[in-house]
Amino acid sequence: MKTKDLIIIGGGPSGLCAAKMAVEAGISVLLIDRSPELGGQLIKQTHKFFGSKAQYAKTRGFDIANILINQVKDHPLLEIMQNATVVGLYQDKVVTVYQNDTYMKFQARAVIVATGASEKFLAFENNDLPGIYGAGAVQTLMNLYGVLPGQEIMMVGSGNIGLIVSYQLLQAGVKVKAIIEAAPSIGGYKVHASKIRRLGVKIYTQTTVKRAIGKEQLEAVELVSLDENWKAIPGTERIESVDALCISVGLSPMHQILSMVGAKTKYVAELGGFVPVISDHHETSVEGIFACGDAVGIEEASSAMMEGYLTGLYASEYFGKKHPNHQELLSKYEHELGMLRDGPFGIKTKIGLEKLRKGETNAE
Amino acid sequence: MLSKTGIPTKDQVASRFPDRVALIKPKAILECYEDIPCNPCSTSCPFNAIEIGANINHQPKLHTDLCTGCAMCVPSCPGLAIIIAQIRGHEAVFKIPYEFLPMPEKGEIWHAIDRSGEIIGDAKIERVQINQTNDHTAVVTAVVPIEHLETFVTVRKKV
Repeated sequence: MKTKDLIIIGGGPSGLCAAKMAVEAGISVLLIDRSPELGGQLIKQTHKFFGSKAQYAKTRGFDIANILINQVKDHPLLEIMQNATVVGLYQDKVVTVYQNDTYMKFQARAVIVATGASEKFLAFENNDLPGIYGAGAVQTLMNLYGVLPGQEIMMVGSGNIGLIVSYQLLQAGVKVKAIIEAAPSIGGYKVHASKIRRLGVKIYTQTTVKRAIGKEQLEAVELVSLDENWKAIPGTERIESVDALCISVGLSPMHQILSMVGAKTKYVAELGGFVPVISDHHETSVEGIFACGDAVGIEEASSAMMEGYLTGLYASEYFGKKHPNHQELLSKYEHELGMLRDGPFGIKTKIGLEKLRKGETNAE
Repeated sequence: MLSKTGIPTKDQVASRFPDRVALIKPKAILECYEDIPCNPCSTSCPFNAIEIGANINHQPKLHTDLCTGCAMCVPSCPGLAIIIAQIRGHEAVFKIPYEFLPMPEKGEIWHAIDRSGEIIGDAKIERVQINQTNDHTAVVTAVVPIEHLETFVTVRKKV
């Protein structure tokens, strides 16, 4: 069995940033990612990012992925496995991996789980018809492979992802019929909403999908308006013909691998669902196993990067091998992360983290 | 209402326009009506005309006297929420960000579009700037009649 100081599961923004700090601290790292390309969701993001210089603001997502990959990929202490799926994580920090029809075992001294998130879906009649996609699938098809998901699409969800993907669909020449949102107001940044609206796409709040219509594939959707109690208002049903429907109704942290080691998890709605309980140093309830990024709470990629840098530093500290600029970097990234959460869009995360630390839950 | 439709109110838009005398020279119109963690407009400005401050969640403030209308901020705003406006006789001249194909070309007449996506008239394309620094966000100079000063926001190709 091969041994490594640190194994990082997930090569998205958080995992890549954690890897940078750890290798710079002199720790040998194995970064394992299930995709053919590193960068996680960043590689599908064609828009310019928000934030400040430390988060590569005004740089397009896929370019940020390249920056993060290039700053670590040739480091002698870093080994990268791609197209490799972690299938097991054990208390003694053995990590099992499946790659190219081969099953492998690695012994680590510490592990960082940076597995990201998975998409939530909506329950409605016929929601399995071909032509109904998650927003991630639409971005993969369109922005990675250059394949249009349809000709006329309806977007469900007005969070930043729904708004941004709508914009990208318009850029690709797809007609976006409308964006519908069950909540009473738009979820994402208003600048994104304004950007879509001036292109002629309307946003309907308090509206949801009642059912999908079609035989072999999606032909139309039935929409319905919702009252203030989120109940369908009879008589407001209307049918819109579309050949694609994109679901963008939020993300859930992917903490599942941590269940294998019995790491404590809690349901915190503000963080996106079940999340691992972590210390101030992003260590889970299992000693030497850390977690960061969307796996510990849904936020923007900019926060995932800052958390990744920090968790890389915390993990290095665990080894007793501090980064040469440990204190300076720690202050910098803690400040940056705090700043990203300091506005109205960060309130949810701050409340969620408070609940997680206080031991409060709001299990449903 | 902005939070329901994505369309800012007339008052919101008006609050971002300097007075007409100042607009004899080109000035940035910062249409960021919400506290979001973002500051590239401020850091991209070579004249320190856009102030956000240490807390990047604050909305940008324009120092009208310092703004030269250079449009460096236009492609720097990840929300594409900045346009440059100028009054030139009976015309309003704008520099707007544009990220669609086909790109407009100098001399063409495109539709002038307002913030709700409606056609409000014609816009004459005066210049199209595409360069490395702009990273695929073209800065398009479009000219519309002065009455569209506070309603015009983008252009659309005529079909």
